[in-house]
Amino acid sequence: MLAANNVSKQVISPEGGLTILSEVSFEIDYGESVAIVGASGAGKSTLLALLAGLDLPTSGSIQLDGNVLTDLDEDGRARVRAASVGFVFQSFHLVPSLNALENVMLPLELGAAENARKKAADIISQVGLSERGRHYPAQLSGGEKQRVAIARAFATEPAVLFADEPTGNLDSKTGENIMQLMFDLNRNSSATLVLVTHDQSLAGRCDRILSLDAGALVSDEKVRR
Amino acid sequence: MKAIVYAIRTIGRELRSGEVLVLLSAVALAVAALTAVGFLTDRIGKAVARQANEVLAADLRLRSPEPLPAEWLEAAERFELETAETQNFPSVVFAGDESSLANVKAVSAGYPLRGKVRTANRLFGDQQEANDIPPAGSVWADGALMARLNASVGDTISVGESDLRIDAVLTYRPDQSIGFASLAPTVLLNLNDLPATNLVKEGSRVGYALLVAGRESDVDDFYADVEDDLPESVRVRNREDSSESAANASARAQKFLSLTAVISLLLSAVAIAMSARRFAHRRMDTVALMKSLGASQQFVITAATVQLLLLGIVGVCVGSLIGFAAEKILTSMLADLIANDLPPPGLQPVFLAAGSALILLIGFAMPSLIQLRNAPPLRVLRHDEMPPAPSRLLVAGTSLLAVAAMLYSAIGDARLLLYVLGGMLGVSIVLYATGRLLVALLGRSRGGVGIAWRYGLANVARRGRASAVQVVAFGLGLTVLLLLTFVRTDLLKGWQQTLDENAPNSFLINIQAHERDPIAEIFARNEIGAPDFVPMVRGRMTTIDGDDVKDIEFPTEDGKWMANREANLTWAAKLSETNDIVSGDWWPEDYQGDPLVSIEEEAAADLGVELGQKLTFTIAGQEIQLTVASFREVNWDSFKPNFFMVLSPGALDGFPATFVASLKVQAEERGALLEIARAHPSVSVIDLESILQQVKGIIEKATLAVQAVFIFTLAAGIAVLFAAVQSTIDERRFESAMLRALGVQRGTVLFGVLTEFAALGLVAGFLAAAGASILAWLISTRVFELEYSFSPLLWSLGLGGGILLVCLSGYVAARGAINAPPADVLRAA
Ligand SMILES: Nc1ncnc2c1ncn2[C@@H]1O[C@H](COP(=O)(O)OP(=O)(O)OP(=O)(O)O)[C@@H](O)[C@H]1O
Ligand SMILES: [Mg+2]
Repeated sequence: MLAANNVSKQVISPEGGLTILSEVSFEIDYGESVAIVGASGAGKSTLLALLAGLDLPTSGSIQLDGNVLTDLDEDGRARVRAASVGFVFQSFHLVPSLNALENVMLPLELGAAENARKKAADIISQVGLSERGRHYPAQLSGGEKQRVAIARAFATEPAVLFADEPTGNLDSKTGENIMQLMFDLNRNSSATLVLVTHDQSLAGRCDRILSLDAGALVSDEKVRR
Repeated sequence: MKAIVYAIRTIGRELRSGEVLVLLSAVALAVAALTAVGFLTDRIGKAVARQANEVLAADLRLRSPEPLPAEWLEAAERFELETAETQNFPSVVFAGDESSLANVKAVSAGYPLRGKVRTANRLFGDQQEANDIPPAGSVWADGALMARLNASVGDTISVGESDLRIDAVLTYRPDQSIGFASLAPTVLLNLNDLPATNLVKEGSRVGYALLVAGRESDVDDFYADVEDDLPESVRVRNREDSSESAANASARAQKFLSLTAVISLLLSAVAIAMSARRFAHRRMDTVALMKSLGASQQFVITAATVQLLLLGIVGVCVGSLIGFAAEKILTSMLADLIANDLPPPGLQPVFLAAGSALILLIGFAMPSLIQLRNAPPLRVLRHDEMPPAPSRLLVAGTSLLAVAAMLYSAIGDARLLLYVLGGMLGVSIVLYATGRLLVALLGRSRGGVGIAWRYGLANVARRGRASAVQVVAFGLGLTVLLLLTFVRTDLLKGWQQTLDENAPNSFLINIQAHERDPIAEIFARNEIGAPDFVPMVRGRMTTIDGDDVKDIEFPTEDGKWMANREANLTWAAKLSETNDIVSGDWWPEDYQGDPLVSIEEEAAADLGVELGQKLTFTIAGQEIQLTVASFREVNWDSFKPNFFMVLSPGALDGFPATFVASLKVQAEERGALLEIARAHPSVSVIDLESILQQVKGIIEKATLAVQAVFIFTLAAGIAVLFAAVQSTIDERRFESAMLRALGVQRGTVLFGVLTEFAALGLVAGFLAAAGASILAWLISTRVFELEYSFSPLLWSLGLGGGILLVCLSGYVAARGAINAPPADVLRAA
């Protein structure tokens, strides 16, 4: 489903070249849930961006749902994302000028789905916000915003869901609820889940844990239950 | 397709969110301002042109020494133009025992096509407008002629073999010349009476003229039709090449209106560019998000373009409504000043303005949209990730192309266009460079000042490129406003001088040397100030540097014409106040050497004469040789007697001179003129009052136009400042909330914001004042041919006003952001 092959990322900074990721390789199967853990600055977000095709690695290749992302141009990668990818971000990224319902409708409309409004309303009620559909992001709490973001991510029934510290901006209680919601939705849709997190207990709820340290993959272990 | 559907489906949300209000109002204001300016330019321009055409008594005049071919009349009829014919020639007319040379002018029904003839029932009596031409069997005679013939209204005069009754005193006809060329007073008669006089025979010196008037396009079509077959001897005149004062004033008014049209277009362009830039920037995050959700570049740019266009159309509709309302209100306000026989304005200005605004929107938004297209989806994870800045060349290219296209259609004056565009480009470059410099300087020096100052100045420095862009926008806005103020001041001042209460309204010509004292005596008796008697000698030019003028190829037709007729020569020790030497030197007051001549510069160019060349004139059978010593610029608007050729003192001693005097005579003092006409029948009294009134009428209309258009342009300028401030309002909102959350007082934040704008305003204002002064000087002297007066007061007012305006628009725009509760802002998305 998702494979990284000797992926490296270097950037040129004013202080000279900087290696963020070096020679990272792994494979993820359909339906698997994988946590990426590591210290701050280890390169987790960078790896996630590469896996989702938001950016290109300096060397190495990445495959997603049968497509070699590293061979595609930006529009090609966008098409893959439209077809197979959902996102949940640490800082929500709702469109401030759209209300909750419209935010969820956005990816549906981008894909020209029929009945976008109805589908969006369904999912909004699945995340328990049917009363708040007409509210704007500024009128929602952090937890509510993240629920809208999750609804948006699942709206297109993606094959893989990427989440970058989805609970990072929330208190532990709310974070717990949000994660529960995500795992539930994921299980129902049997999507692949790639979750970046600091939280060991959260990571423990996934099938597998990848650990990064200073840009290198240092361990890859299955979680035993 | 998907993108278009998406764009249309989501436009409502965009409008509802209020985010795009700035762009919307920039477009709407641009359309409203352009409509109003376009409308005023059209209306008042037409009214002014109409009035200026009065000096031709027509829109176009064809003058020929041969009888008019029938085809011309047929052509004029084909184009549905009004026509009239005139014939004129000098002839001696008789009344009883008296006789006098007169300019006999026979006119057909309809004359004059533009303007009105005015007549009076007795000499120097009250005048009224005539709606007709003299009825068959009668004439209208010039007051001077009647004085010379010692005739009064009701008497009979003999013109050729006909006896005709004097029906009225001719006090004014629109096409009367102000010069001294036609010394003979006019007698106006009906063209139907002309054959009976038997004066027009083979070989008579008759001037034939065809007058036409009608819709501008029809007149142009008519001219295009007859142009090719015109014999060389035909002189064509329309208002463009009639160089009378009135036409001068109207031409300048037209130019100023063009200038304002250009400037309001430029201002609109800047306002639209600023808000389009903001439109794109605000969308950066959303676009990155949409891309991370799988939207293609094509989709993003199509959706944004469609939305921009839809917004543009909404803005245009709102603006058109405002513009249309403004048009209606202005029409009723200006009803009596704008001739009501003009064709109705219709929707043309609205369409033009709407089209211009849309083109500007596309031209100026394109670079921002392209940048938007390249927004990296990575922004969703790393917020500071920015798309590469669009190539400067592309920005400059598309924008300039859009503006140039618009301007080209707005005005035909290439020089004006060159100055304005080149000037704006130069000013922008300097502004941008200074903006960057300011940013760099402020970046280094911000220790040791209070928090508000530090915050404000740090802001300028941190925003870097955006600050520099703001300086450019503020600076350009202020530059054009100041430019307009400066040029307007020069223009109005020039007109004020023309309308000087003491401007002479009467000329006395053909005064003999011995008549000077008795005439001065008459004036003294009537308590009118003593006139200056200017000597005048008539002579014919024979050679230039030894070459016979008959054999010389002159650079222009006017030169040839001038060289082949009697010239009016004068002499003077001192240069007239209304003249300026442009090259060569004026002679010392006590000059006594070889005769020198100073020539009016345009006449010199027409004649192809150069400094130091020798001209010979024949005066009363004697030859005199003159050396060209200088060229003069003459202010013909002054209504003072002026001469193409002025000779050094003593050069004309011994030649028979007559004298010319100009003076201001109040209405109640006009009896003095009658007295002079009776006591000195050979002296011609030329009444300029009517012409002065005409010039005054034009200037009043033009002044009104200039003021009204100025105000509308000012509004567009303020829109620019506002758009420039708005472009940073989002960051400001967040920063102010942060600072206040950290415990900084609101007043301190506000002071910081004001500091920032004051700094920007100071730099922009200073550069704008400098740039505008240079441009105003160029435009005033080169395009308007006015005297440029540097005014430190205006300069500092402009500068201070500019800073104040920038601060004020900054305050108004930022106030909302600063007053918003920090909690609301920090909670947002
Ligand atoms: N475009 C870039 N230019 C310079 N440095 C970069 C760039 N992208 C990432 N980095 C650096 O690479 C390192 C890894 O960044 P990344 O955001 O992937 O870390 P992370 O593991 O997600 O950390 P955190 O847990 O704090 O979110 C950091 O030191 C970051 O500063
Ligand atoms: Mg991270």
